Amino acid sequence: MRFLTFLLSRLVTYILVIWIGVTMVFLVPRFLPSSPVEAMMAKVAAQGQYMEAAQIESLRNSLMETFGLKGSLFQQYTGFFKRVLLTGDFGPSFSAFPTPVSQLVAQALPWSLGLLLTSSVLGWLLGNAIGLFAGYRKETLASKALEFLAMLIYPIPYYIFALVLIILFTYVWQIFPFSFYIDANKPLSVGLIKDIVYNSALPALSIIAVNLGWWVISMKALSASVAEEDFVHFARLKGVSEPRIMTHYVARNALLPQITMLAIRLGTIFNGALITEILFGFPGVGTLIYSSALQADYNLMLGTISFSVIAVATATLIVDLTYPLLDPRIRYR
Amino acid sequence: MKAVKRHPRLVIGLVLVAAFVILGLVMPPFAGHDPRDWNTFPKHIKPNPAHPLGTTGLGQDTFWLLSYSLRNSLILGVLVGFFATLIGVTLGVFAGLKGGWADRGLSLLMDTFIVVPSLPILILLASLLQGRATILIISVVLIVFNWPWPARQIRSVALAMREREFISTAWFSGESTLTVIRTEIFPYISSWAVGNFINTVLVAIAVESGLAVIGLSSLQESTLGTMIYWALQYQALLAGRWWWILPPVIAIVVLFVALFLVSSGYTQYATAKRGR
Repeated sequence: MRFLTFLLSRLVTYILVIWIGVTMVFLVPRFLPSSPVEAMMAKVAAQGQYMEAAQIESLRNSLMETFGLKGSLFQQYTGFFKRVLLTGDFGPSFSAFPTPVSQLVAQALPWSLGLLLTSSVLGWLLGNAIGLFAGYRKETLASKALEFLAMLIYPIPYYIFALVLIILFTYVWQIFPFSFYIDANKPLSVGLIKDIVYNSALPALSIIAVNLGWWVISMKALSASVAEEDFVHFARLKGVSEPRIMTHYVARNALLPQITMLAIRLGTIFNGALITEILFGFPGVGTLIYSSALQADYNLMLGTISFSVIAVATATLIVDLTYPLLDPRIRYR
Repeated sequence: MKAVKRHPRLVIGLVLVAAFVILGLVMPPFAGHDPRDWNTFPKHIKPNPAHPLGTTGLGQDTFWLLSYSLRNSLILGVLVGFFATLIGVTLGVFAGLKGGWADRGLSLLMDTFIVVPSLPILILLASLLQGRATILIISVVLIVFNWPWPARQIRSVALAMREREFISTAWFSGESTLTVIRTEIFPYISSWAVGNFINTVLVAIAVESGLAVIGLSSLQESTLGTMIYWALQYQALLAGRWWWILPPVIAIVVLFVALFLVSSGYTQYATAKRGR
């Protein structure tokens, strides 16, 4: 019963996140003082091309269609959702005409997923492991030094960290490449994987480092308070070994809020990764959103942004659903 | 001296933040010129007594530009921090005390807004406004995305407090809900609110400068992020013009560490004062 309520509440949140997020993407262009269609038209006119009245009208029509500006507001709204959720069709990209938006997203997705998954999971695992040790032995000098270091790193935004890494490792020491370059035509081989890891190391490092600080600080506080609980004292009196107390008694209890926290923070992590991708020229969804924004490629922008809302919501749902695996209280009752 | 020993985080953080407030809010009028104007001075001058941080590749004095940019970043941060905390605390207390459907609805809304990634929406807005996004517009969007964090926290505090005896006592002795909130609950959550306010200031400045670093914030105004953007655009990094790119980077790092020290130090201080 409990599992069912849990599952149901997460599903409702999931649907709501997508609904509110996509509604925002729908509303933002409509609340602006200037119409995006007229702005695009002005841009085309500024390029100095001569156009017949009929041509201008047909261009305006196709742009209206792109933004889904045809029909009443309600028709526009339902039409937009149909495009986002059912067909996933955002039409062709303007800047990479006539490649469909969905194809560009599909190309960028594996890169973003790979970078984000690896770095958030590594950051979470490492941060919690360090935080556990630091919290369990909170009186030691090493623990205090670690917390101090984490406190220095955590408030620093990703892009600043990325910039510092760029300055240090590509400018001062020249160990890593300045921007991302991979020969996409190479067949899959050990060499290609090495290339990918080598090129992705710095962006991944800047995401891991900043996440790490947060997980260390919160895990330290959590495990320090769990370590004071009666059941831990009891286990110690019972003669359970210290390492076992740490992993089976303290860690398992302290990790539960950390899973919820990971789910909550995914949106924030995604925000940070987006800028990191852009600064490093990493070929993921973030860079795609950015280049679409620079080139005023609205098909691509609406597509990638709606898509990232759905992706973050789905990832959050998946993380949330691992919670019952670790908390037997939800599974069995 | 005793205070420094007992609450080192809070004191160090406050001193640093005070230094930034002086640099950002008191200093700018003394510049004697608009620090944003291009070609006011010769370009690429190394730091010297006349220009303590040199000049930028656009002919601006780096020191005064930094001071001016800091002011905009601070204004944005305080604006977002204040309103997001105010809205969040109000809705959080309401949801926690009221319970039932109001609570369920509001909680769902909070959880939803927390998950929706704000940066893509901001990028969409910025791109459509084509550099005409003002600090005020960016602040409003940031408030929309940042109220749920305090609301969520305050809600659970209010929920726990509803069951406490002193609240029931106040309730049964005939106090109105507003009086209960003002006299019994507010003193209790005010320290959370202050901590949250400082955190939100930090988050707001971080997101805006993130947007600015990639050139999508307000282009007419100058913030710490836009300073980094122009320095990167003009290859200050590759050309070794450290006096242009390092000041805003260092300012952001030190400001954020200082704000974090104040917020975590204040929480420690408030906890110690409550005697828990």
